Amino acid sequence: MKNTDSIWHVTGRSVYVDDIPEVRGTLYGAIFSSPVAHGRIRKLQTFAAKKLKGVKAVLTARDIPGENQIGEVIKDEPLFADKWVHYCGQPIALVVAESDAIARLAITLIHIDLEELPAITDAREACQKGLLLCKPGVFSMGDTEMTWRQCTHIFEGRADCGGQEHLYIETQGSYAIPLENGGIKIHASTQGPTHVQKIAASVLNIPMHRVEVDVARLGGGFGGKEDQATAYACMAALASKLLHCPVKVILHRMDDMKMTGKRHPYSADFKIGLSEDMRILAYEATFYQNGGAAADLSPAILDRSLFHATNCYYIPNSKVTAYSCKTNLPPNTAFRGFGGPQAMFIMESAIAMAARELEVPARRIQQKNFLSEGDTFQYGQIARKVHIKKSYQIAGQEFGMEKMDREIKKYNKTHPYSKKGLAVMPICFGISFTTKAMNQARALVHIYRDGSVGISTGAVEMGQGVNTKILQTAAQSLSISPRQIKLETTNTTRVSNTSPTAASSGADLNGKATQLACNKLAGRLKKVAANLMEVAIGDISIRDEFVWIKEKKTGLSWQELVNQAFLQRVCLSEQGHYITPHIHFDKTTAKGHPFAYHVYGTSVWEVTVDCLRGTYTIDKVCIVHDFGNSMNSSIDLGQLEGAVVQGMGWMTMEELAYGQDGKLLSNSLSTYKVPDIYSVPAELKCIALEAKGPKEAVLRSKAVGEPPLMYGIGAFFALQDAIAAFNNAYTFRFDAPMTPEKALLGLYSK
Amino acid sequence: MISFILNDLIIQTDEKSGTPLLDFIRYRKHLRGTRIGCREGDCGACTVLEGRLEGTTMVYRSVVSCLMPLGNAQGKHIVSIEGLNTEILSPVQQAIVDHDGTQCGFCTPGFVVSLTGHATDQQPSSPHRVIASVSGNICRCTGYKSIERAAISISNVLKDKDPADPIGWLVQHGFLPDYFTGIPEKMHTLQKKALRARMARTLLAATQEEQFLLGGGTDLMVQKPEVVAVSVPHMLFDRADLKQISADQGDCIVGASVTVTDLHASPLMQKLFKRLDDYVYLIASEPIRNMGTLGGNICNASPIADLAIFFLALNSKVYLQDQFSGNFRSMFLKDFFNGYKQTALKPGEILHHLSFSMPGDDILFHFEKVSKRNTLDIASVNTAIGLKMQGNTISEANLAIGGVAPIPLFLKKTSEFLTGKSVSAQLPAQAAHIMDTEIAPISDIRGSEKYKRLLANRLIHAHFVKLFPKQ
Repeated sequence: MKNTDSIWHVTGRSVYVDDIPEVRGTLYGAIFSSPVAHGRIRKLQTFAAKKLKGVKAVLTARDIPGENQIGEVIKDEPLFADKWVHYCGQPIALVVAESDAIARLAITLIHIDLEELPAITDAREACQKGLLLCKPGVFSMGDTEMTWRQCTHIFEGRADCGGQEHLYIETQGSYAIPLENGGIKIHASTQGPTHVQKIAASVLNIPMHRVEVDVARLGGGFGGKEDQATAYACMAALASKLLHCPVKVILHRMDDMKMTGKRHPYSADFKIGLSEDMRILAYEATFYQNGGAAADLSPAILDRSLFHATNCYYIPNSKVTAYSCKTNLPPNTAFRGFGGPQAMFIMESAIAMAARELEVPARRIQQKNFLSEGDTFQYGQIARKVHIKKSYQIAGQEFGMEKMDREIKKYNKTHPYSKKGLAVMPICFGISFTTKAMNQARALVHIYRDGSVGISTGAVEMGQGVNTKILQTAAQSLSISPRQIKLETTNTTRVSNTSPTAASSGADLNGKATQLACNKLAGRLKKVAANLMEVAIGDISIRDEFVWIKEKKTGLSWQELVNQAFLQRVCLSEQGHYITPHIHFDKTTAKGHPFAYHVYGTSVWEVTVDCLRGTYTIDKVCIVHDFGNSMNSSIDLGQLEGAVVQGMGWMTMEELAYGQDGKLLSNSLSTYKVPDIYSVPAELKCIALEAKGPKEAVLRSKAVGEPPLMYGIGAFFALQDAIAAFNNAYTFRFDAPMTPEKALLGLYSK
Repeated sequence: MISFILNDLIIQTDEKSGTPLLDFIRYRKHLRGTRIGCREGDCGACTVLEGRLEGTTMVYRSVVSCLMPLGNAQGKHIVSIEGLNTEILSPVQQAIVDHDGTQCGFCTPGFVVSLTGHATDQQPSSPHRVIASVSGNICRCTGYKSIERAAISISNVLKDKDPADPIGWLVQHGFLPDYFTGIPEKMHTLQKKALRARMARTLLAATQEEQFLLGGGTDLMVQKPEVVAVSVPHMLFDRADLKQISADQGDCIVGASVTVTDLHASPLMQKLFKRLDDYVYLIASEPIRNMGTLGGNICNASPIADLAIFFLALNSKVYLQDQFSGNFRSMFLKDFFNGYKQTALKPGEILHHLSFSMPGDDILFHFEKVSKRNTLDIASVNTAIGLKMQGNTISEANLAIGGVAPIPLFLKKTSEFLTGKSVSAQLPAQAAHIMDTEIAPISDIRGSEKYKRLLANRLIHAHFVKLFPKQ
């Protein structure tokens, strides 16, 4: 089934926040933000801005009726900076004016007197100074100290990977409209409508029931709108509440890039010990996560880094310590993979280093250490239905990995200024929010008298096709045509206390909740049918919009059955409430069973480096991926391909640059490069692993949003392989992304 | 008064000619399918088609409406996504649906418009060309592989297009709505209205000084959008006298308002530069190439201006015209740049055209560019070389390099060094050594100083590898 939004997308009729027809009297907000990365505000002069014709108000911390606080887990982030600024781009005031242009002009008339303080942008430096956002995390298993002496080979090194700008093409934005009864409705481009509702209520000092958050869809999220959409929604709501007018706050691209957090850069030290026969006996690592100026989601992201620190390998003795470091950058935040990609990059760096030193292909080490059924993860969960070896095996056979390798060697012999490289990137990713309470969802299903069905859930559609998957689930549960079903906007008044749509779990949680509701409704309708037909309920089934008695189709249609149920005063609405079973995790011991299931897969990367210019092409990516029983192969393939390219972008051309003073230099699309159509792998093949999906996955179709992103890590190691083929003296440096600059410097390093 | 056709309606507006077309479409006309992604021409979410009447048929090109000043829409047919919609999906829209080429959907209208623009192209479709048509569209969900599949399928359908009547064929096959057949006639009506408007504008111009020169807008609209938006710039983009590409007694003349696409499409340029396709691939994206002009690229005097580097290596001359007297003066392009973003242009002067001696068989020319992303990016270093050969000896050398000095740099010493030398395996290294003394790169967002020096060195080698593959 095609994504149900496709038709609206291709005609440009899909509605995003800025496309909502404006209510008369709408005002526009623009944000005045800190020009420095760290400082004390001495004086803020807004007089000239207020005087500008068309300006309605300049709002600051003082105008907030409730709490000036948008941090949820850790309350360390004001909506507007009051006395201190901790990053360049931190919001200080909101100008509200009759037009966006006037508001932006007024921004230039605001003067700020600041005492500038030294800024820290480096995570290690922050850690050294004891600047941490939360307590360090430690995961360990076995005893590394005792094991080192048993290791034949021990290698130590350092790995660094950069951050990543989300670059959702629709920038952050919200539109707030005042309601009667002192309430407010916020149209927000957010992955977390409840988060917006809760924080806005607290900022405005009104109960949550007075705040209605509505989300039709997002023009991309990727984690960047999980927490960070909230600030702009709160600003629009605040202005709207105070001025009694509809207010829209839509960020211009450069403001968005300057003000919002990104994927966390990580720096790490690692130590890996191997046996004679390439078994990894011990692994130690210390992660320095660059968290930025406030906690945001950093602690949870740090946790997931620990969960994925050993990727898909069984390492009997491991100890990983992780620090979330407070720096003067915008608070870094969720981004597809949520700390997993960084941890896996570090693990793979350790393996690549060992392989280089031992002069064996990295895949020999990888292969030797894959998880087996029944192995214990570092965090105590027993690995079940492990498909990593199988995926590697199939990749080897189907894509002819050894032949690829031979041909690459042959190519490299005959091409002095062009070298090919190969890398294998296997993955293992756990599915569930690592905070247990978030693993719940609700769905509200209405059957209308004409038989059509409206479904509201907590899931936010952002291109991942979650609405289509929920619709499919409902169609199957009710046995009616998808055409009969409509997915409503995500609205906090219809479905309350939702988890953000994140952690790849949107379809599982909300799909399961929908299934529960639909099954209950179907049960009621069958009962009605059984009474009407005077047969036992066990003999009744609904198939393709008709009632069947045993194997015989009756003349009773879905529509008539619904109508009969209504006349008999049977409730045609139902709510489903789903919680992920069996999951638990004890934070004090760092052991438990945090994930409903894991997703596995193997990717093989082939690249060509132009050794004169340092430029490169990604020639081929071959993947064997574990989709479970994919319920929608076209959506799932789209998710996979998209994630692979996004991961590849992170590892190759996407490079965040901050000045020493903490100012973002890569602050536009002309200085921050994401993949374009020419950057994608010329060949991207994917084979779906044949394996039954787990029952915790909706319709046994595994979560697919995040896991394939980590295949992208293979691009880095393949490029490194090609560079080494040209320059024997090249010392492996694990410093992603591998930009053409780093490639060229590597090609000619001595 | 600016008059143009927007989809099927004639528009007459008093908005400032510097207003971005995007804002006019989105916020004045409430056509919300044209989306805002970056406002700097780097994402393509706001792509529209710009149609002009050539003879009796309409010719369309894709442009990014965020960088198109409203004034450049004058007398044209502008088509937004809404102007392509009918009761049923067009084959382009259907192909994107069929191949799952849309995820979050925000960028999708831009892709549809670009691909439809490709469909109207007078040249035959090919996989290469259809992909080039979306080279300016970013999909961050990165459904590029599915978009690629959709694009190839569209290209296959377009093989049957009637070259004699492309628009008629496209209307017949549902690519374009019916009203497109009536556009040429509407354009005549528009021209009459525009004529009246222009007379009014001339009067206006006499009383109101135009603040600055504006070509395609692809640089100025990025650098100072808020200034341009409220201005009445001196519009040069559509001036017919600046559009020529011609041969004149051994010289080739290129007008200042010639776009990169015009250069690329010119049979003369294709004949002179056999690797032109490869060079153009490295320059901007299709919609930006459709808008960016030679004059704009040179006069903005950016140190990495691709065309400036290209034409420096041809030892071109620029012709400057005083707008009041109409008088010309000329100088070598290598003498035109005075400092960072400073040129020899005096107030009241415009760059009218440039000329260079037509390269014959004895001239070897090559252009190189490396950027962080291979395509649709600004150079870290770009360079061009023009060598006049007598047998194996270089009798004249012109070498230019960008990104390593405050101006697009003509490498005087290196060029002099190369003159009179025989080509040998050692020559590139010797030339690069001299080049290294002429350049002064700084570390910035496009790369560190160390990198730029190394890259410049390697690109000098790349010139020789390309031009003398056997040595």
